Amino acid sequence: MSEGHSTYTPKTGIERWFDARMPLPRLVYDSFVSYPVPRNLNYMWTFGGILSIMLVAQILTGIVLAMHYAADTNLAFGSVEKIMRDVNSGWLLRYMHANGASFFFIAVYMHIFRGLYYGSYKAPRELLWILGCIIYLLMMATGFMGYVLPWGQMSFWGATVITGFFSAIPLVGNWIQQLLLGGFAVDNPTLNRFFALHYLLPFMIAGVVVLHVWALHVVGQSNPTGIEVKSKTDTVAFTPYATIKDAFGMIVFLFIFAYFIFFLPNYLGHPDNYIVANPLKTPAHIVPEWYFLPFYAILRAITFNIGPINSKLGGVLCMFGAIVMLFLVPWLDTSKVRSAVYRPWYKLFFWLFVADAILLGWLGSQPAEGSYVFMAQMATLFYFAFFLIALPVLGLIETPRRVPNSITEAVLEKNKGGSGHPVGATAAPETKG
Amino acid sequence: MSATDIQDPNRRDFLYVATGMAAVVGAGAFAWPFIDQMRPDASTLALASVEVDVASLTPGMSLIVKWRGKPVVVRNRTEKEMKDGEAVKLGDLKDPIARNANLPADAPATDANRTTPGKEAWMVMVQVCTHLGCIPLGQEGDFGGWFCPCHGSQYDTAGRIRKGPAPENMAVPVFKFISDTKIIIG
Repeated sequence: MSEGHSTYTPKTGIERWFDARMPLPRLVYDSFVSYPVPRNLNYMWTFGGILSIMLVAQILTGIVLAMHYAADTNLAFGSVEKIMRDVNSGWLLRYMHANGASFFFIAVYMHIFRGLYYGSYKAPRELLWILGCIIYLLMMATGFMGYVLPWGQMSFWGATVITGFFSAIPLVGNWIQQLLLGGFAVDNPTLNRFFALHYLLPFMIAGVVVLHVWALHVVGQSNPTGIEVKSKTDTVAFTPYATIKDAFGMIVFLFIFAYFIFFLPNYLGHPDNYIVANPLKTPAHIVPEWYFLPFYAILRAITFNIGPINSKLGGVLCMFGAIVMLFLVPWLDTSKVRSAVYRPWYKLFFWLFVADAILLGWLGSQPAEGSYVFMAQMATLFYFAFFLIALPVLGLIETPRRVPNSITEAVLEKNKGGSGHPVGATAAPETKG
Repeated sequence: MSATDIQDPNRRDFLYVATGMAAVVGAGAFAWPFIDQMRPDASTLALASVEVDVASLTPGMSLIVKWRGKPVVVRNRTEKEMKDGEAVKLGDLKDPIARNANLPADAPATDANRTTPGKEAWMVMVQVCTHLGCIPLGQEGDFGGWFCPCHGSQYDTAGRIRKGPAPENMAVPVFKFISDTKIIIG
């Protein structure tokens, strides 16, 4: 969709001066004003913008929190409490940062499920999708290390369990684990390096976001019909149409975010993290942050040895495998039709997958005993079956519905149907995940 | 360029390869300190052995000492716990190896091999679950030994894994009785 043809014309002298030396105003104009976007984007397409402001908000609150935080096992817990009680507005900044992480993940899950539903990963957007997966991985590493910093019980034991994954690797596992910890157990060296990396990774995320947006602007946005843009009537200008829609989406999202900050600031956290870390006592029930729960359930579901692979390595492999699946999606899906709107069977399996992911999340929060273990094993089986069986096979056997010839035709058809919305969203519900 | 230039490696080819190799070795040597600094430092490695006075432990009592940042349990087992441990058949064990640092690496996980000769009542063991490093709770679970609350691993009265995701028996560290009431660990 990048026309390769700039419509920017500098009007004032200073604009002309810049344009001849470093055409930054031209880049901004071409990317965020005149840039053509499909006319039928629905609110699921506003999460990209929401994610950008969440990243900026996390970096801003994080930098000021770092000015009051002490990365030392004797001081860390106290310094966080000091931020909460003594530092001016410290409570607000910390609640913004802690809940901001959760809302960052809410937005990214909506964004990922949007991509899965509308087939946004299909050619020519594979690289765009993979860059997104890399951002997601970096977010998980950042979120995990950030959760260790307050040095509460869940911080300590979460770090112990997650670095324990690496000891499952044959031969070099223990060496790698000690390399990560800087010792034989989670301790001061671990806290120090996690703080340094927690500060670094968001800037790496910002770097990959630039690549993600670059790739997006080369191939253009997908849209609810999954049909490529074919003519000028299929698009509208980014400003004001997408700008206003994104802004409205952000306002609604930030409104809910603010509600959590002010009225439910600890709802998404765990009370045990207000107990200072104790290396000699494991909490009765270790749970990671909610956004890791589905993967945690998969990890715990493998309680049996698989041939030469023992249960521990098996669990770790399945957990990482669950993320690897996302990277492979562009090649696992064999369908020629992008959007689930025209794929009745894929649509069914997509929603089953959403339900399965939520079920896994719930199971991850339950103790690993009794019938929960069996349920987690079944849900894990479905998780992998969705990627490895449903995606390739459905593309071959499913008969898709008739796909309109163009975005414009799809929009006009829909409006004739009597809904009366000027810019047609598809039938997809706008709340997911 | 004539054909002989391609066929016969000359001085220039040698210089290219030598320069490339030097660059690779140099990059590796430069990268190594950045990796090396992450390994446990001298003060962490220098943690000496710990001496524990166990005179106060009557059968059925345990104490926990911290060794290398990890809890080590010293338990004076009851008659019943020892009998339960001895009654287990090796074939029923998920991990048939003793995991006792005082014995050869392939010693079978009999109850006696999990302890020290002449002091079979005493369990000295790193109380860290071999799954993902949680601290199991003592005298709980189906086998009356240890139960890990994190992912549900169950150990028997000799600290051997019996059920759940953990792959190995809990580790017995290097230790010895230096008198009837004193143990040195490490």
